[in-house]
Amino acid sequence: MDMLYGLFIAPFADFGFMQRALIGSLMLSLGACPVGVFLMLRRMSLSGDAMAHAILPGAAAGFLLYGLEILPMTIGGLIAGIIVALGAGAVSRFTIQREDASMAAFYLISLAIGVLMVSIRGSSVDLMHVLFGTVLALNNEALTLIGGIVVVTLVSLAIFWRALVAECLDPLFLRSVSRLGSPVHFIFLGLVVLNLVGGFQALGTLLSVGLMMLPAAAARFWTARVEPMCVLAVLIGFASCIAGLLLSYHASLPSGPAIILSAGVVYFASILFGTRGILRARIIHHRHRTA
Amino acid sequence: MTNACLTFRDLTLGYNSHPAIHHLNGTIRKGSLTAVVGANGSGKSTLMKGIVGVLKPMAGAVIRAPGVRAAYLPQQSELDRSFPARVVDPVSLGLWPRRGLLGRHTREDRDSVSQALMAVGLGGFEKRPIDTLSGGQLQRTLFARVLLQDADLILLDEPFNAVDSKTVGDLIALIKRWHGEERTVMVVVHDLDLVRRNFPETLLLARQPVAWGETRETLKPENLLRARRFHEAWEENAPWCEPDSHDHDHHDHDHVHGHDHHHGAGPRAA
Repeated sequence: MDMLYGLFIAPFADFGFMQRALIGSLMLSLGACPVGVFLMLRRMSLSGDAMAHAILPGAAAGFLLYGLEILPMTIGGLIAGIIVALGAGAVSRFTIQREDASMAAFYLISLAIGVLMVSIRGSSVDLMHVLFGTVLALNNEALTLIGGIVVVTLVSLAIFWRALVAECLDPLFLRSVSRLGSPVHFIFLGLVVLNLVGGFQALGTLLSVGLMMLPAAAARFWTARVEPMCVLAVLIGFASCIAGLLLSYHASLPSGPAIILSAGVVYFASILFGTRGILRARIIHHRHRTA
Repeated sequence: MTNACLTFRDLTLGYNSHPAIHHLNGTIRKGSLTAVVGANGSGKSTLMKGIVGVLKPMAGAVIRAPGVRAAYLPQQSELDRSFPARVVDPVSLGLWPRRGLLGRHTREDRDSVSQALMAVGLGGFEKRPIDTLSGGQLQRTLFARVLLQDADLILLDEPFNAVDSKTVGDLIALIKRWHGEERTVMVVVHDLDLVRRNFPETLLLARQPVAWGETRETLKPENLLRARRFHEAWEENAPWCEPDSHDHDHHDHDHVHGHDHHHGAGPRAA
């Protein structure tokens, strides 16, 4: 019993920074995982990755002006992310170019500007910090920010749920009955940026997209409906955060990668054992009914 | 003109400055049942898109009578079949005009979804994942959604694609019921026998209307021959269509449909 307590409870009970890391990462999962599900269902999984890179120049601008402060870097990241999301979204909506190409163009430009800015001032240590984050150093300011982002995300999803599903399921139909198609698309991109920015102090710009996509990708193997898929993705996100933080504590590993790798383990397990995974579909032969 | 559901005023629709519907004038009467026929590329689907508003006119306008709600079954649905949804999910989207973004779906709404599925012969399919449907079943699912939309103007673009003959009969019966309920229905069809048997009015298109009116008159052999002779390909160096050259025609049409609603085109067809 003591050993279990020592393994699972004590790290969080004894250390304030672990509690903050836990609260922060759980809140992040709550917002980011459902957004990730829709990102995946819209075949925009890699757009999330692109957006994460796009945030860099904004964060770097905040860093150049105010040093390693969370709020200016976050606001900068938000602005850069929204410019890229709106720009790429607008190009794909109003020209013949598809979103994958326009997104790639915008994020590459943005990333180059970001790297340029960080290298003008600051060392490679700073760059590492922006790229990989530190979940173990979340202060109150950062937690409040993440909390706000989660509330905005969940409220927006609740309000626009039906439109978002319609826009994914049958965009032409939505256009024929409502003008919400384009606004919903942009609101959704806004949520993606918001959650990536929320994640980047904890996990860094590169890994924050992992907490968004991996639980969603894993949940896809277990259910054939959207609502349970979102719930399951959040639960997988929770489990990955707890497992990752404990792993990082006991084995002295960096916390961000530990969290994402935990989600990666769930992903591989889901590929194999999920109700819609490989083993069920390919290897185990079912009996079949007469009709 | 008080009973016009749709009015086309010098309507030109197309892609990349090439017209697919060229200077269409005329009206669709409220409560009429019109078949839209013509060769591939004659502008049938383009006209439908223009009426719904997914394609903006290059010139002219489609004027909908105030308060008319349209339901549209596209030829190629953009329904994403890999999306994790059950049959009821896309059909329930048909409740949008009534419930909008936030209105709760009531028990009656759910019953009406089931009834719509029943009407297209898909009773008991409610919980089936959409990626397990056959092509014809999917088409009927979309038909059920149109049914649920309860619209005054119903636009069906080749609704009988991939549908077996028994179900075509059922769907025709539904269309006739709509006609009986004084809804305005336009259907793009290829099967001329089907048109002759079931549709009182026909619009024969070849980029411009070749004939428009009572089905028996419209589908006369000479009209069909003229419709077949139209040149489908775009001509890259076709001269620009100048507004002036159409002025006389325009006046002609005003005269024509001033006293008769559906002969927008006769004089110019050749």
